[in-house]
Amino acid sequence: MVKYLAKRIGHSILTLFIIVTLVFCLLRLMPVEGYFANYEKMTETQIQAGLQSMGLLDPLPVQIFRFWRDAFRGDLGVSHIYRVNVPVVQILAEKLPISIQMGVTAMVVSLVLGIPLGLVMGRFKHRLPDKIGTAVVILIQAVPAAVYYLYIQMYGTTALNVGLLFNADNLRYWVLPVFSMSLGNIAFYAMWLRRYMVDESNKDYVLLARAKGASEDRIALRHIFRNAMVPLVQYIPSAFLNTVVGSIYIESLYSIPGMGGLLVTCVQRHDNTMVQGIVLLYACVGIIGLILGDLLMVLIDPRISLGKKEGGR
Amino acid sequence: MLFFLKNAKSKQLEDALAQSQCAAGPAAAWAGLPEDELFTPAGFRAEEAEATASSNYSYWGSTLRSFLRNRFAVALLVALVAVVAFAFLQPHLPGQIDPNYCRVDPETGIQYRNIAPGVDGFVWGSNSIGQDLWARIWAGTRTSLVIAFFVAMIEAVVGITVGVLWGYVRQLDFFFTELYNICDNIPSTIILILISYVASPSVPTLILGMSLTGWIAMARFIRNQILIIRDRDYNVASRCIGTPTFRIVLRNLLPYLVSVIMLRMALTVPAAIGSEVFVTYIGLGLSVETPSLGNLINDGRQVMMQAGLRYQLLYPTIILSFVTIAFYLIGNAFSDAADPKNHMQ
Repeated sequence: MVKYLAKRIGHSILTLFIIVTLVFCLLRLMPVEGYFANYEKMTETQIQAGLQSMGLLDPLPVQIFRFWRDAFRGDLGVSHIYRVNVPVVQILAEKLPISIQMGVTAMVVSLVLGIPLGLVMGRFKHRLPDKIGTAVVILIQAVPAAVYYLYIQMYGTTALNVGLLFNADNLRYWVLPVFSMSLGNIAFYAMWLRRYMVDESNKDYVLLARAKGASEDRIALRHIFRNAMVPLVQYIPSAFLNTVVGSIYIESLYSIPGMGGLLVTCVQRHDNTMVQGIVLLYACVGIIGLILGDLLMVLIDPRISLGKKEGGR
Repeated sequence: MLFFLKNAKSKQLEDALAQSQCAAGPAAAWAGLPEDELFTPAGFRAEEAEATASSNYSYWGSTLRSFLRNRFAVALLVALVAVVAFAFLQPHLPGQIDPNYCRVDPETGIQYRNIAPGVDGFVWGSNSIGQDLWARIWAGTRTSLVIAFFVAMIEAVVGITVGVLWGYVRQLDFFFTELYNICDNIPSTIILILISYVASPSVPTLILGMSLTGWIAMARFIRNQILIIRDRDYNVASRCIGTPTFRIVLRNLLPYLVSVIMLRMALTVPAAIGSEVFVTYIGLGLSVETPSLGNLINDGRQVMMQAGLRYQLLYPTIILSFVTIAFYLIGNAFSDAADPKNHMQ
C-alpha cells in the first residue's frame, strides 16, 4: 500500500513536471504585450529592454530552469496587468479559499442529490421514475452547460430575489452557483449509478436474496446499491475535474471572486504570468483529484488491492 | 375435510389426463386422415441440393431495420436533417439579408435597434445594432455545425488510427499510455483556453483546440477494445493464413467497433458546440463578423436581464438545444441499432 502510494505520487509529480513545462513553453508563444501594462505607449527599445530585464530573451532551457527554481521557492512571478507588480502567489492565495468552499459544497450537493436519483432510477427500472430521471439526465448532458447556466441565472435570480452579482455573506447567493455547478455531476452520478445497478441486478446474489424473500427495496438498497457504488467511485475524480472546469464559467458569470473568474479576467486582459500561474494550479488540482479518487476506491472496496493494479483506469 | 376435497379434485384431474393420453392418444386424432395428408414427397431440386447453409443476414440491413423500429429517433432524424438542410440552404433562398448588414431606418437614419420578433420584417427580431437575427442565427448555426463536423471527423480519424496502433502494436503501448496519462490529467478546457489564448481566434484555431484533446479519449477506447479482440480465434486464424495486418484491422477489428465509433462521433457534436459557446464567453471565440451560436448566445446574455429583449437569447438557444439534443439521442439510438447483439430478436 505504502509502496504503491509512493510510486503513484512519484509518477504524478513527474507528470505534473512535464505538463507544467509544456504549458510554460506554449505560453512563450504568446504575444509579448501580455507582459506590459502600458504596451501601446512603449517604444521598441523599451519593450526589448523590458523583456531583457524579465529574462524573456534568454534561451528557452534557461528560462525553464529559472521558472522551476523560482517555483520551488513559491515564487511564480508578478502580475503585469491584472494588478501590477503584485506577486501571482499572493493573488492566488486570496482567491483560492472561496473557490475551494464552493467546489466542495458543489461536490457534496451533487453526491447528495445524484446518488439517490440514480438509486431510484435503478430501483424502478423502465418505470415512471426511471423515465423522468432519464429525460432529465439527457437534457443536462445534451444541452451545453453554458446554455442552461444562463437560464438558471436568468430565472433563478428573479425567483430567489437575489442580485446578479455574488455576495458571499448572504447564504441565498450561494444557492444558484452551487446548484449550477453540481447539476452536471448530478446527471453524471445518476446515469452511471443506474447503469451499474441494472448490470448488478442480473447477478446471482440478487437471485439468492430474492429467493430468501428479501423485499425489493431491501435488495436494491442493501445488495445491489452497495456493489454498484464501487465502480462509480472511479468516476468521482473526473467529476471533480468537471466541477473545477464548471467553476471557470460559473464564477465568472456570477462575479464570484475565485480562481475560475480570475482565469477568465486574466485571459481577457492578456496577463501572461497570471494565466501561467492559474493553469499550473489547475493542473495540480486535477492530478491531486485523480490520486484521491484512486485511494477512495481502495478504501471502499476491500477486493481491490493497489499493489497488483495495472496502470489503472 | 379440506384434504378430502383436494384429493378428490386431483384424482379427477389425473383421470381426465390419463384418459386423453392413453385411451385415445394423439394418434387417434389423425387416424382418420388418408396417407397422402400425413406425408408429402419432398421432391428434388438440383440447385437447392448445392446450396450451403447460410442466412440472409446483412449487418447494415439489420442496423437500418432496428433503427427504423425506433419511431421517435426516426422522427428526430427527419427534423434534424430538415434543420441542417435549411441552415445551409437559407442564404440561397430569395429575400434573405446579409447577417452582418445593419438595417437603417430610411426616415431617421437610425439603425433598427432591438426590434421585437415579427415587426418590420424581422422574423426573429433585430439585435442592438440593427442586424437581422433570423439571418444571423442561421449563419451561426452553419458556423457551429461546420466546426462540430470537422472536430468529429478529426477526432474519429486520428483517434481510430492512433487507437489501432496503440492496441495492435505492442511496442507503442508504453509511449501512448504515458501520453494518455499526461493528457488525461489536465482538464481539456484548460488546453482549449491555452490554444485559443496563444493563437488568434478563428474557425481553424477553434477546431484545432477542440480536437487536440478529444482524440485521445477515442484512441484509448479503441485501444481497450482492440486489446480484447485482437487475439480472438478468428483473428489468430486470419493471421495464420497470412492476411495482411491492415486487412485484419479493416475487416476484422473495426467493423466490430462501428457502433461505438458512431456514438462517440455523434456525442462530439454537442460537446463541440458547447465548447464553442464557452470559449466565446471567456472572450476567446470568433469575432462578431463571423456569427456563431456562441457569440449569438453571448450577445443574448448581455441583454437577458431585460425581459423585453430575452428573445435575443431565446432563439439561438432553441436552435442550439434542438441540434445538440437531436445529435445526442440519434447517436444513442443508432449505436443501439448498430450493435449486433440487439439484432437477434
